[in-house]
Amino acid sequence: MSAPAVAAAGVWKYFGDYPALRDVRFDLQAGECLALLGRNGAGKTTLLRILGGLSGASKGGVLIDGGEVRASGTRARIGWLGHSIGLYDELTARENLRTFGTLYGVTAATVSDWLERVNLAHVADSPVREYSRGMRQRLAVARAFLHGPRLLLLDEPLTSLDDKAIALLQGLLTAARAGGATIILSTHQIREAMELASRVALLDRGRLMHFGERTAQMLDDPGYLYRTYGGEA
Amino acid sequence: MTALRHAAAIAAKDLRSEFRTKESINSTLSFSVVILLLFSFAFDPSPDMIAEFGGGLLWIVFAFAGALIVNRSFARELPNDCIDVLVSSPASGASLFLGKAVACFVLLFGIECICLPVFGVFYNVTWWRSLWELLGVLALGTWAMACVGTFFSALTVNLRLRELMLPMLMYPILIPALLSVMMLTNTLLTGQAMPSDFGVWLRLLIGFNIMFTTLSVYLAETILVR
Repeated sequence: MSAPAVAAAGVWKYFGDYPALRDVRFDLQAGECLALLGRNGAGKTTLLRILGGLSGASKGGVLIDGGEVRASGTRARIGWLGHSIGLYDELTARENLRTFGTLYGVTAATVSDWLERVNLAHVADSPVREYSRGMRQRLAVARAFLHGPRLLLLDEPLTSLDDKAIALLQGLLTAARAGGATIILSTHQIREAMELASRVALLDRGRLMHFGERTAQMLDDPGYLYRTYGGEA
Repeated sequence: MTALRHAAAIAAKDLRSEFRTKESINSTLSFSVVILLLFSFAFDPSPDMIAEFGGGLLWIVFAFAGALIVNRSFARELPNDCIDVLVSSPASGASLFLGKAVACFVLLFGIECICLPVFGVFYNVTWWRSLWELLGVLALGTWAMACVGTFFSALTVNLRLRELMLPMLMYPILIPALLSVMMLTNTLLTGQAMPSDFGVWLRLLIGFNIMFTTLSVYLAETILVR
């Protein structure tokens, strides 16, 4: 049997004496989509940062496709979309994607293709600072998907997206899942997350209160999970 | 080869950003020229005085100007959380460090090359007598500042008082390199015969660069992934 796409084994993270994550453990198979829920400060972003290799666990560890998360080959398979767009305002859209493309070994043709897909080809040579909020968000989505990641880590990706960007992101996530990519997204928008997710995890003060399949009941009643397993909606 | 390609991409990106915004270039260049001008009026130095402290004067200017440039090195990644995207990319911490250090080196060395003729005019120094040796020494001193500065820029990037912390950490570490490069520059600026300790200072500067480059490359990953 192949290694899980994501395996978190007893992950603890301390900030000083405060445990932001307490013994978080779960396995996720390739092609699954995990909705990571929890109130503010529950540890969603901390867990995502550890899964993405941006931060180290204090105890325990994470394996991605059976490999260390900080191994270069592993990171090449991860796509990261955080709270911010992760783009340079003074550079053009093309320069931004070319810079990140070089780090991932992506060709100029792929960059042009993504600029077309997110409908930014006509402004590709203008600085990002001149873009509207929606355009910047679409470019950020293109940046995260540019290298065809096998694991997508999305930290509240739907927050502050405009309708066009939400539709684009949902379409790309559906296509990525169909192509076998694994997705983990943290969000407060439970209804949208439930539509995408195959599994659901609920964090409360760093502890994994629930990890399991998304049920029809969760889809019908977004507050059900919090009422049943704790935390606040 | 991949690591070098990543480092080159980071360096090219930083240089492109800087040439577009000119945030560091403008402040550093104006600072350097104004300080050189003010010192020349304040001291009205004779050729003997220049022979004694010309190198020191130049490197005081370069050292303070350098802090302005290295401060921006990792701070440039803070808007829009670009640092997260870089750290999560396949580029290693060592590649990120090297790319950023090279960009700082290019900017600083460029500023120094502009300042040298200005120094020559204000202080009446024929600075090009040992041009290649002088450029070599400047390059070694500049790499020391770029290397140590970039390392501490990465270390302090998340601190609120990073503009204050960076020079406090950087300058004490740089003392051996600054001492060496001042002594070497002094000799080369004035065209004196090479003193017996020229080789000692040169070896100290080269050793410093090798040691801190190795150390920074080795520790970069640990600093960036917290």
